[in-house]
Amino acid sequence: MLPAGGFAPPGICTLKEGMGLENISKVAPPEETAAAAERVPAVRMEGITKTFGPVTANDNVSLDIYNGEILSLLGENGSGKTTLMNMLSGIYYPDAGTISVNGKPVSIRSPKDAFDLHIGMIHQHFKLVNVLTAAENIILGLNEKFRLDLKGVRRSVAEICERYGFEIDPDKKVYDMSVSEKQTLEIVKVLYRGADILILDEPTAVLTPQETQRLFGVMRNMKADGKSIVIITHKLHEVMAISDRVAVLRKGAFVGSIATKDTDPQQLTDMMVGHAVTLNIDRPEPVNIRKCLEVENLSVVDIEGVTKLDSVSFTAYGGEILGVAGVSGSGQKELLEVIAGLQPARPGSSVIYTDMEGRTSSLLGKTPMEIKKLGVHLAFVPEDRLGMGLVGDLDIADNMLIRTYTDGSSMFVDMKKPRRLAEEIVHDFEVVTPGITTPVRKLSGGNVQKVLVGREISGKPSLLMSAYAVRGLDINTSYTIYRLMNEQKQRGAAVIYVGEDLDVLLELCDRILVLCAGKVSGIVDGRNTTKEQVGLMMTHLGLPEEAAE
Amino acid sequence: MNQVLTQIITLITTAISFGTVIMYGSLGEILTEKSGHLNLGVPGIMYLGGIGGLIGSFIYEMNAASPSPALCLIIALLSAVACSVLGGLIYSFLTITLRANQNVTGLTITILGSGAANFFGGSLSKLAGGVGQISVAVTSSAFRATQHLTDGLGAVDTLLFNYGFMVYLALLIAILMSLFLNRTSKGLNLRAVGENPATADAAGINVTRYKYLATCTGAAISGLGGLYYVMDYINGTWANDGNIEALGWLAVALVIFATWKPLRAIWGAFLFGALYWLYNYIPGLSRSSQQIFKMLPYVVTIIVLITVSLRHKKEDQPPSSLGLSYFREDR
Repeated sequence: MLPAGGFAPPGICTLKEGMGLENISKVAPPEETAAAAERVPAVRMEGITKTFGPVTANDNVSLDIYNGEILSLLGENGSGKTTLMNMLSGIYYPDAGTISVNGKPVSIRSPKDAFDLHIGMIHQHFKLVNVLTAAENIILGLNEKFRLDLKGVRRSVAEICERYGFEIDPDKKVYDMSVSEKQTLEIVKVLYRGADILILDEPTAVLTPQETQRLFGVMRNMKADGKSIVIITHKLHEVMAISDRVAVLRKGAFVGSIATKDTDPQQLTDMMVGHAVTLNIDRPEPVNIRKCLEVENLSVVDIEGVTKLDSVSFTAYGGEILGVAGVSGSGQKELLEVIAGLQPARPGSSVIYTDMEGRTSSLLGKTPMEIKKLGVHLAFVPEDRLGMGLVGDLDIADNMLIRTYTDGSSMFVDMKKPRRLAEEIVHDFEVVTPGITTPVRKLSGGNVQKVLVGREISGKPSLLMSAYAVRGLDINTSYTIYRLMNEQKQRGAAVIYVGEDLDVLLELCDRILVLCAGKVSGIVDGRNTTKEQVGLMMTHLGLPEEAAE
Repeated sequence: MNQVLTQIITLITTAISFGTVIMYGSLGEILTEKSGHLNLGVPGIMYLGGIGGLIGSFIYEMNAASPSPALCLIIALLSAVACSVLGGLIYSFLTITLRANQNVTGLTITILGSGAANFFGGSLSKLAGGVGQISVAVTSSAFRATQHLTDGLGAVDTLLFNYGFMVYLALLIAILMSLFLNRTSKGLNLRAVGENPATADAAGINVTRYKYLATCTGAAISGLGGLYYVMDYINGTWANDGNIEALGWLAVALVIFATWKPLRAIWGAFLFGALYWLYNYIPGLSRSSQQIFKMLPYVVTIIVLITVSLRHKKEDQPPSSLGLSYFREDR
């Protein structure tokens, strides 16, 4: 165990170029300056190890968090960022290692212990009860009084809101809230419990650029108030914009920490991945463009009578990537599902597919099987990978079979081809799995996505639709996915890419269709549009003046 | 005209006694389900409560020279609660601690409960000297004692004060449970556990403790339904006729009918009772067409299910995590 005060204060880079993983995992931040002895970290984690069965999620990680700083915790998927923070918030208990808060060793065995130590975590998947109001969610589990005292809560909530610049209606039910409102509620909930150390797990994943800016404003207010904030993210530009210091994890081990002002995205990526990566997304010029899908006047109403899509018209061309941007729930899901034959459209809508030979056919009112029989090579990577894309309990080979079981005329299913395909995908996409007979639900998110995308593009699609294809994936896997999308585009397929990261959409897509509450807000060129313009179009119908071509 | 009035009053009083049995079963199940556990063992637990109370008071009345009614009540209540909580504990241990499938476990408890109760019912008959010979007269009359107000109220008196104390106890439990769930912090916590245990856990609520307490308290309340049936409804004897099981399933249906709200279970229970006994008051029914009327409570439950699903009001839905096991370190 290292002596107290032997740790690096914020601002000292502990990364050594070319250090292998083997070395780094055993090395805590070096004990360089004596000045650090004066500053007791708000939280010190030393030698933390946590395993889940055979998987080591955290291996001997040591990390300091100081008062009045914003620390970014950076790392790829499965690098153990969330696990590490869950041990601070009492969700998991470390197998080995110690945690001290304000210099005192503590044992955090439950979320309640964490609250008592003024540690609060805002989880990636919101921990809110939908049928309860904001106020009820805030006092959940506090048992301040036997009788529910919602009046007192309203008063305290108003105070917190005023202090940090939030807006929240204490009597609104959570199921009526937007994502950004839910997140605000989570933060207020944690502050109400008196948290001085706030952990935010990928808070910006679902926010528009404007909402992200507002969140960052609030975070700066909280920092000025002396609170320590840890933000988990893999968006590098956000790391650069908001944090004072960056700590990097790789494959469960601590790589190093560095002051944000002393680093740049390229160096951080190299630390995260362990070798140099290029951060540019290719955008080959479209060649041999042909009309592939013509959507006109498409309207969709859900079972509750809510209009999800309202007179949407656009054309997707083979040989280009058409991005779809929009606040989540603006009709993206319905758009793709109607084209794939999974949802009915309102009368008057039309979806016309043109094949390579120029023959046209309408896709509306047809089931996915009928669409397939028409000879339309349609590939669909849905948002819900394990619900709609793959069957979690089936193994990789059987999941391949789902696309091909009707092929051939034999009454027996051909098992050889799917097995071969599964093996190819595992090999080509470097899927980490014990074998092709492993149920896909046991794979990590990134590997599940590789299996799904691999299967969908194996059919040489002429139309490839993907929804949030890189959601929750790390940089490396994301870039693999972008590369695959580009390969399909160059093959001549029409690619429809529904995304949430505007930076990526603007770098990858040729044109971007912006949806706003089910309507087309505009279609812009990916090459000469800014993130702010798209962000505005997502929330306000219509093209801002400058963005109009 | 007077005859019709008498008939209506009889129907209502029958409906109230009958409804009370299922109201207990239902209230217990509502509390259990609010913690996210679907206990299909309600019929079994009502059996356990019934036979437990009967055994306790039977042994006491056999051995005491002059049994005291107050002691009879206490012994019957305590042994009924003890036996039904035992059933609840078995269910809790299997589904909460071992995370076994809730449907399977619940059905097992129903089979176990009815088997055990009928086995011990047979043993009691033997001790009493033959089938139908079991009698716990003192206990039963203590349960059936009514507190009439001053004379002269006539029909109102018959309607309101013609029941044993357990009818009023059921109403009291329903009101207290409603206040607990909606007006107290602990009640809010319990609702959160049933809606989203991961959230409740992250908010510092001891999920396992709430689940155990709700399931076992729920079992105790359901068990009282069995006790009321044995001591009051069939006058303190044991009938090997499977009626308790039928009532238990009605109680489960009532939970859905009441959309998980204790106050709605009150009038729902009485409505179920009235529908179930309606055939007695409709002239010219054959034995087989009577059965159609006994189906009515289930029919209205299906109608409620349909309307609730169509209206899709979030507040009328079952607790979101009903039937799902919770394990904090699940990844």
